[in-house]
Amino acid sequence: MVTGKGEKIIEINNLQKSFGTFVALRGVSLNVRKGERIVICGPSGSGKSTLIRCINRLEVPDSGSIVVDGVALSDDVKAIEGIRRQVGMVFQQFNLFPHLTVLENCTLAQIWVAKRSQKAAEETAQHYLERVHIPEQMHKYPGQLSGGQQQRVAIARALCMEPKVMLYDEPTSALDPEMIAEVLDVMVEFAESGMTTVCVTHEMGFARKVADCMIFMDEGKIVEASDPNTFFTKPKSERTKLFLNQILEH
Amino acid sequence: MSEAVDHPYRERRGVLRGLWASRKGRGLIYQVLLFSVLLLLILILVSNAFYNMEQRGLKAGFGFLNRTAGFGIVQSLVSYEETSTYGRAFVVALLNTILVASIGVVLATMLGFVIGVMRLSPNWMIARIATIYVETFRNIPLLLQILFWYVAILKPLPAPIDLFQQGESFFLSFNNRGLVFATPLPQAGFSLVLWALSLAVLASIAWSWYARRRQLQKGDQLPVLWPCLAGIVGLPFAVFLLLGLPLDFVPPVMARFTYEGGSTVVIEFFALLWALVIYTAAFIADIVRAGIQGIPYGQSEAAYSLGLKRTQTLKLVTIPQALRIIIPPLTSQYLNLTKNSSLAAAIAYPDLVSVFAGTALSQTGRAIEIMFMTLSVYLSLSLLTSLAMNIYQRRTQLVER
Ligand SMILES: Nc1ncnc2c1ncn2[C@@H]1O[C@H](COP(=O)(O)OP(=O)(O)OP(=O)(O)O)[C@@H](O)[C@H]1O
Ligand SMILES: [Mg+2]
Repeated sequence: MVTGKGEKIIEINNLQKSFGTFVALRGVSLNVRKGERIVICGPSGSGKSTLIRCINRLEVPDSGSIVVDGVALSDDVKAIEGIRRQVGMVFQQFNLFPHLTVLENCTLAQIWVAKRSQKAAEETAQHYLERVHIPEQMHKYPGQLSGGQQQRVAIARALCMEPKVMLYDEPTSALDPEMIAEVLDVMVEFAESGMTTVCVTHEMGFARKVADCMIFMDEGKIVEASDPNTFFTKPKSERTKLFLNQILEH
Repeated sequence: MSEAVDHPYRERRGVLRGLWASRKGRGLIYQVLLFSVLLLLILILVSNAFYNMEQRGLKAGFGFLNRTAGFGIVQSLVSYEETSTYGRAFVVALLNTILVASIGVVLATMLGFVIGVMRLSPNWMIARIATIYVETFRNIPLLLQILFWYVAILKPLPAPIDLFQQGESFFLSFNNRGLVFATPLPQAGFSLVLWALSLAVLASIAWSWYARRRQLQKGDQLPVLWPCLAGIVGLPFAVFLLLGLPLDFVPPVMARFTYEGGSTVVIEFFALLWALVIYTAAFIADIVRAGIQGIPYGQSEAAYSLGLKRTQTLKLVTIPQALRIIIPPLTSQYLNLTKNSSLAAAIAYPDLVSVFAGTALSQTGRAIEIMFMTLSVYLSLSLLTSLAMNIYQRRTQLVER
């Protein structure tokens, strides 16, 4: 197993974020190195989504700093757009564009953001659609696909921009059980090919297989961060133990 | 034994009863009934009208359209004199209605989309200004707005007589009579300028086609808008200059009380167009806002996370999806604008209602025919608009499983 010992690609320092009076993040710090695979888990409302949405600034933190690939996130729109190019994101609800075909979903940003030719964009799209095992659905619309297929297209769409980091926010939580495996398989494949990955998930099988580092969050804080072996066999905190017992029982 | 008696009876009742029993059949019966009642009503109305006309010694018919109208119309897109026929007056008035309605629809759509998008701007000031615009203009009766722009803003503009000395000629002026300008008269060689224009348009089409091909194959995005605009404006202008300006202008000249000659777009046109655009754009803005908000925010987030800018996200992701929510209510706004243009009568803009259903009607007394023609025009304009929008709507439908 490769333990990512590359340079830092994401540096998060003392991140704070409130929604009104509710504090969602209370000082979170986290470093991600190139090639590292991080899995974040924790109870509902613990701030996992908020944390990873701050990384590509879908959420604006109140204080603290985030540096992605050497660029500090600020209100500078150009810097934000630049970072979003380097960071791919996969959502729980897929968020495919329903008015575009699968192929067009994958070429849209390549053409308008990466300024590739349509031909080159289509070739890249085909390549990644093959790797997520749905080349034959290329000319269908998202509404014609199953949930698992849609999520795999969403993964391909993000990968087409050739990002340096992939963020997944509970990518399998909206799927029927029989479709979870097909999406996880694809994720494992890309994680093992060396893609830097930050994934929020409760799929512990997936976590055991790919994670270099497990993070447990509760009440807006990182409670525990360790390698998967320590994490699953002898977690330090009582809360982690409790949480693991709860989800592993099911 | 009873079977023999029963059978033919059941046969005979079977057809109607079967129709009544099936949902489709029942629908058919209702429709036939409704249609007959409507037909009957129309028959009664028409025969009643004819009876009344006969009693008064009037003959129905459209022969009056060939008679001389004998009144002037201040603005006409096709040549018209006092000696022209009522038929000609009808055409002139119809074109005036179509002119204000079609320009109005285009401008109201553009303004409405801009204001609608502004309302969703993250900038508090911009969003607030747009909200105030919408809430102000859609809550004041249109007739009042037309009168306001006409009486309070445009009519107080200086009169030509305040602007120019007697005998003075001028090239262009916006005054309380309208937009007054020198009439262009093409001279020998001017057709070359038109040829140059056509050539520039063709070249622009070829250029955009080439740029698109380049994008397909190499990926670089060549500039299209500015080179094309420069060509379409520049080339004809260069030819125009080279030929020694082959265009004469017949300027309006100030006479004793008002100007003579030149061309005029009457001030009533601007008042009506302006009011219709401002009023309808307020409704369109709200439709656009609701349409965009009807698209889940996750769509924008997905686009942002791929690196698309806010404007690109609106143009490529949000608005194309919002269109299918926007188009049906947008269509009714187009119909409203067209129908509302008949309020022209209030400020005497020579539209169909004020000229044909107004002056022509009171002169000829041909109420039935004129009303029939006028109503048919609005009905056809509306149906045509709906048809076009329905065809467009079909293209925006999503493909679902
Ligand atoms: N836009 C928002 N407005 C108000 N409160 C919010 C918003 N987004 C998140 N929150 C609140 O912040 C807290 C943390 O939310 P977050 O989505 O990060 O949790 P999570 O760990 O991802 O939970 P889950 O497992 O349910 O997805 C939650 O209590 C949530 O209600
Ligand atoms: Mg979440």
